[in-house]
Amino acid sequence: MSVSEAAARFERQYADYRRTKTVWTVLFWALFVACFAVSIVVTRFDVAAVVAGLPRTTDFIVKMIPPIGWSTFGADVGEWYWGIGKWLNSLLNTLLMAYLATVLGTTIGGALSFLAARNLVKSYAVYWITRRVLEIARTVPDIVWALLFVLAFGIGPLAGVLAITVHTLGAQGKLFAEVNENVSALPIEGIRAAGGNWLHEMRYGVLPQALPNYMSYTFWRIELNVRSATIVGFVGAGGIGHDLFTSIQLLYFADAGAILLIVVATIMAIDMLSERYRHRLIGKEQLSQ
Amino acid sequence: MMPTPAEIAELRARLPRTFSPSPRERLRRLLLWGGALALTVYCLDRFGFFTWNFADGVLKFGSVVVSQLFPPTGFDQLPMFLRVMGETLAMAFLGTVLGAIVAFPLAFLASKNMMPFRPLQFGTRRFADLLRAFDYLIWALIFVRAIGLGPMAGIMAIAIVEVGTFIKLYSEAIENLDRKQMDGVRAAGGNRLQIIRYGVLPQVLPMMVSNTLYMFEHNTRSASILGIVGAGGIGFLLADRLRAYELQEACLIIIMVVMTVYAIDFLSKKLRERIIGEERREPVADDHPQFVASPGPKAR
Repeated sequence: MSVSEAAARFERQYADYRRTKTVWTVLFWALFVACFAVSIVVTRFDVAAVVAGLPRTTDFIVKMIPPIGWSTFGADVGEWYWGIGKWLNSLLNTLLMAYLATVLGTTIGGALSFLAARNLVKSYAVYWITRRVLEIARTVPDIVWALLFVLAFGIGPLAGVLAITVHTLGAQGKLFAEVNENVSALPIEGIRAAGGNWLHEMRYGVLPQALPNYMSYTFWRIELNVRSATIVGFVGAGGIGHDLFTSIQLLYFADAGAILLIVVATIMAIDMLSERYRHRLIGKEQLSQ
Repeated sequence: MMPTPAEIAELRARLPRTFSPSPRERLRRLLLWGGALALTVYCLDRFGFFTWNFADGVLKFGSVVVSQLFPPTGFDQLPMFLRVMGETLAMAFLGTVLGAIVAFPLAFLASKNMMPFRPLQFGTRRFADLLRAFDYLIWALIFVRAIGLGPMAGIMAIAIVEVGTFIKLYSEAIENLDRKQMDGVRAAGGNRLQIIRYGVLPQVLPMMVSNTLYMFEHNTRSASILGIVGAGGIGFLLADRLRAYELQEACLIIIMVVMTVYAIDFLSKKLRERIIGEERREPVADDHPQFVASPGPKAR
């Protein structure tokens, strides 16, 4: 094959490549534009309404911070945070809800994760059913669980705890099961050879390998659950979300602002603490390897 | 060769630390686990797990709620449900796209390697954090109050959280890019615009598209619940049916939502695999956007 032939073949192939690529790009953009147009029609999206609404939104947000003067700083802030005792109590409730739901959900989900790992259970039926249960618990949003639990348990933090627990057990069960499926089979075989039963295999063969990952996922879950615990109150499931919901519904702007500030500060603090701890955990893990 | 029990006992006496942690470490662990357990029991008590009310609730949940959920009914309203489900998807789509459009230029401001003026870079990042710190439902509540009930409030809520998320995700993609390609374009005589077009975009665009698709997937879930506070979409119908105790119709809606979420997950995963070219490990899809960029330990 001469050089010019090779060059011609290259040109041909490159042209082909360009053509397929162009076709895909055009298809992609056509699909995108179609989706965009349909979405605008379906939602009756109206730019004018957004533009008209924006000043009201900023106005709303500005009103959330009452005038605070330098000379009367203490008094102004004191007046703004008139409900601080009540709100801090709600905040404590929120944090404890998140804690309890994380503990319960992780315990139950962790137990189920052994049944949801293909390499650890012999029976396919057990594996399949556990996986589906976890999937349902995880896919139904926690706020929908909260609505259901409010029906059965009445308004209050109990419904919220249960809702977040169910969602957590679904998510943790799946994540832990994936960790379990990735553990080395050698320690398990060793324990079986030494005469251990299934529980021994799980306790001494799987758990030591999987524990660092479990811990890391659990800290991450705490962050998520604090967020969830602040919003399940919107449907009556307790926590500071309830105070926030009523203050926005009743247009008590300053109250809403004060509560939002507490919520954001808490969430950021929890995220930072948890992230630091997770990094330490991962650092340790890498050191020991 | 197996050590005899006597040998083991002798070793244990000589090297106690090899067999068990130090007393201090043991005390620390005991306090930690004991404290956690005590707090758990306290919480159980505080939230009323040890009351008859709880037992009642369990019975009620089992017998009334669960048995009344099935079988799903309301199939005569299916066309209306489907229309509202479509509206939900449209909300997720528009919210994600609007967020992406606004975030794209801001992401360059928030990247250390693109924005030499530190305070502006830092400020943009913190601004993004602030937008992201509030949940979709909180923004939805605010927008419902400001621009009225309906899907527009939901779209705005999704868009504003996404601006924050995309600034973070895009700027991380931009900061991770390889300088060599930019240098190459510069060495070949490219100007600033050409450097961005041929040196930067080809590297970051697949990541950005993939992240955007992932967030669209995530936002389908969010959009389906925003209606609970009146911000449009299927959540409104769901909350309405639940509060009216029409549990069987609510069941049909929940099944529709779950199936839609699965379908979108599947499609988006296939598309993302095509775009990125390899299967990347994703965090659980129902989690908060904040963690898309920093999934669990295994992905590191």
